[in-house]
Amino acid sequence: MSTQQIIFLVLSVISLVCAMGVILSKNPVSSVLCLILTFFTIAGHYVMLNAQFLAVVHIIVYAGAIMVLFLFVIMLMNLNADIEPQKRNWLKYAGAISGGTLLVILVAALRDASMPSLQSGATEIGLIGNLGKTLFNHYVVPFEVSSVLFLSAMVGAVVIGKKEH
Amino acid sequence: MSIDWYFILEKLVLISGVLALSLIVAMYSTWGERKVAAIIQDRRGPNRAGFMGLLQPLADGGKLFFKEEIIPGTANRFLFILGPSLAMLVACMTSAVIPWGDTLTIAGKEISLQVADINIGILYIFGVVSLGVYGIMLGGWASNNKYSLLASVRAASQIISYELAMGLSLIALLMLTGSLSLKDIVEQQRHGYWNFIYQPLGFLIFLVCAFAECNRTPFDLPEAENELNGGYHLEYSSMKLGFYLFAEYINMFISSALMASLYFGGYSFPGMDSLGLSPNLVTILGFLALFIKIIIFLFFFMWVRWTIPRFRYDQLMRLGWNIMIPLALLNMLITGAIVLYRQG
Repeated sequence: MSTQQIIFLVLSVISLVCAMGVILSKNPVSSVLCLILTFFTIAGHYVMLNAQFLAVVHIIVYAGAIMVLFLFVIMLMNLNADIEPQKRNWLKYAGAISGGTLLVILVAALRDASMPSLQSGATEIGLIGNLGKTLFNHYVVPFEVSSVLFLSAMVGAVVIGKKEH
Repeated sequence: MSIDWYFILEKLVLISGVLALSLIVAMYSTWGERKVAAIIQDRRGPNRAGFMGLLQPLADGGKLFFKEEIIPGTANRFLFILGPSLAMLVACMTSAVIPWGDTLTIAGKEISLQVADINIGILYIFGVVSLGVYGIMLGGWASNNKYSLLASVRAASQIISYELAMGLSLIALLMLTGSLSLKDIVEQQRHGYWNFIYQPLGFLIFLVCAFAECNRTPFDLPEAENELNGGYHLEYSSMKLGFYLFAEYINMFISSALMASLYFGGYSFPGMDSLGLSPNLVTILGFLALFIKIIIFLFFFMWVRWTIPRFRYDQLMRLGWNIMIPLALLNMLITGAIVLYRQG
């Protein structure tokens, strides 16, 4: 096994374990912490694909901003394991059945899917210069339109926030 | 599998050196802070342990180690310990991309005095800074104390608010330099003028935001002892408290190094390339120049702390959102316009 494969396997195992931890842990704060760790391992995968810019932006946006707000809300509302509402039994069965169905569909879909093998280091699209050139040459209009979308989301948040007073 | 053991050894030595330097500087910053406070308040300051109290940090450290370690019964044990560890870890991580000097040539090998010259150095710093809040938030929440919780919520909102203005002021700098690598930015200043001349407003915004990110007075709302009984580390004792306090000093040191590298030429100094000395000697002199710049910034941090009183919380938020961010946006627009105009 090459070093890359070992790193990939280690990262994947950690990210899967952490992702399970998000769902399985009773305490919302440890769920959030597991999610943060998952983001870190995914950022590690980006680095393995030679996309450092994507990795760092992933950490800044998700781990650094969004998860802080998650934690913020959980702390302010003081959510705990003991005040978590008890789910009904039929809900659990329905969840298990639909999850199992999804698993079968995924297996069926992935059975024939051929994964194009990606040489790490061969692609340079994730480096900041190339990414910037692509975004601002080929995809200028979608890029700018998405910024308007963000602006409208911000304005919407402010409007909702103002309504309370 | 082929591993370049020499490379790993070199980086290990460099990392240990940088870490030791951060820790020693942080240690003596506590001494410096007390001396500066004493001078400003017309007192003597620590003068019992060693000459001019120089052994005082060791005495303080020893005291913290031997204090009883208390974990509150209702606290979340794991997170309670994780909080200060994270604060310390994140504080030490930023130093990896700061160029501490040019290259040294030892036995025919060129050794760069920078742990990692990644092409996204500034974004890396921004990422690590945005993680800095977790140590405080987790510690404050895990203490299960309402004052700690209030302090950590304050810290989180403060750091998020000032991160924005900090990022915007950095974008203006990036437009000028055209590179995200700190080494490139320093090298550009070595062969030209310091960025401070081009970006005075950007530097001012960055400086204010650095104060806020380090939770230093006048932005030390998370530790406002007269409102919060001590802040997010209220329940902490022994070396865990020491870690929180120490992390603050390391953050100060690193942000000083960052400001020196981004706006004041880093390891370069005027006339650096016309001295006619051997490259190794010039590198060492450059490191000393960076160190002097850092110490001046550290002194400035302390000077402000003992001069300006703390803001009120609403003033802090108004300054961040209504003044700093619009100013940073204006700075960005002006810089962009000038860069575009000069490109023709």
